[in-house]
Amino acid sequence: MAMRITLGAVVRGGTSLEYKTGSWRDQRPVIDTVSCKACRICRDVCPDSAVYLKDELYCIDYDYCKGCGLCAYECPVDAISMIPEEK
Amino acid sequence: MTRAFVLEGSEAVANAVQICRPQVISAYPISPQTHIVEALARMVADGELDSQYVRVESEFSAASVVSGASAAGSRAYTASSSQGLLLMTEVLYASVGLRLPFVITGVNRTISAPISIQVDQQDTISLRDSGVIQFYVESSQEAYDTHIAAFKIAEDPEILLPVMVCMDGWILTHSYERVSAMEEEEVARFLPPFQPVHFLDVDDPKSWGSYSEENVLMEFKYDIQRSMQHAKSKIKAIFAELAQITGRDHGGLIEAYRTEDAHVVLLAMGSMAGTTKEAVDKLRAEGKKIGLVKIRCYRPFPDEDIWNAVERAQVVAVMEADYSMGSEGAVGMDLKAKLCGRPGAPLVLDVIAGLGGREVNEGTIRAIIGKAEEVQRAGVPLKEPYWAGLDPSILP
Repeated sequence: MAMRITLGAVVRGGTSLEYKTGSWRDQRPVIDTVSCKACRICRDVCPDSAVYLKDELYCIDYDYCKGCGLCAYECPVDAISMIPEEK
Repeated sequence: MTRAFVLEGSEAVANAVQICRPQVISAYPISPQTHIVEALARMVADGELDSQYVRVESEFSAASVVSGASAAGSRAYTASSSQGLLLMTEVLYASVGLRLPFVITGVNRTISAPISIQVDQQDTISLRDSGVIQFYVESSQEAYDTHIAAFKIAEDPEILLPVMVCMDGWILTHSYERVSAMEEEEVARFLPPFQPVHFLDVDDPKSWGSYSEENVLMEFKYDIQRSMQHAKSKIKAIFAELAQITGRDHGGLIEAYRTEDAHVVLLAMGSMAGTTKEAVDKLRAEGKKIGLVKIRCYRPFPDEDIWNAVERAQVVAVMEADYSMGSEGAVGMDLKAKLCGRPGAPLVLDVIAGLGGREVNEGTIRAIIGKAEEVQRAGVPLKEPYWAGLDPSILP
């Protein structure tokens, strides 16, 4: 049986994490780790908090990245390419 | 012993709101609503009402503040008129979906353009599809009593919707009338503190109105409609409970006035109903079988109650101070939709009366009755609404 709806669409906090908005993406940002200067601008401009730091390298969380391309547009050293998604 | 005062209508409403102990009040002034929120601001400033009074820069913000306060579990109140109500509209639709039970006074005033501060019901009628429960009152006493019932109705766990008490600007808000007040203890027993089903809580975080798509959105809307329909019996029970305490019975969803053997039934909402009762009495004395249905609760629409009052009539003349441009009067449309297909249903004459403060007096009502009798004789409805008192000679 499907889950019942709640009055006022009230749900427990943090449930937006369960909604993987990465499926909306038609272009995928790819960071060239060689030219990346780790300036953090991509992380600051990402509207979905989908850029994170791991082992001193900036990475994209493709579960939530919608492919808007802001990171690639703002990257001062053009280290981010937008690659069309294909199925 | 009942305490009675001679009060301005706005003051009567402010007193009713005060005795209901709202924890948050937020409003932006607009004529003719202003005296209500001024009086409440003074009560808070003078320490006569323990409430957070939030001054805002627009009606959009006022509605947003009471919406947030209600989500936080507070009893909340606001009031507006005309353009102010229109500016609140987006928030009101959202508050319905979030099931936030605040109370709002809709002080009726026409909508620009042309600019005017005079009364008609176009402003609140334009909110009829939002899911806000709407009451219309005839007198300041009824405004006082209905506000007290409104909080209880809104906060009922099986309803949980905003409730708007609509009262005609100037005619009610700025005229003085004898108003009997309730005692604090009586109201405290009738209206215990608000017990929210959900409330914003940092220790138990929740999301409100979470994103919903085609698999569930329709069910959310249907649930609001179901609550609205269910609210009808609840509203009647709450009005009856209050009448038991106060000894003042204004009726249920409607008030049927001398309709039993009426051939022509007039239908009105708000202060127009008072004038109409006077006219009905005079016309009755002249031998005309006329009655009145006053709609007290417009949303949810009281179709069964109206049917019971008009099923033996031949014509129902719906007098309304609003217009759905490009079609006809909203109340007339509602009634026709609900009478359609009922065997022996009366003909409906839609009458546009009182737009922009145009006076509706005994003469107007006699003219409307004349028109209704024409329809009765012809046995067919008019193709267009009858605009009572319209002067076509001044049209451009």
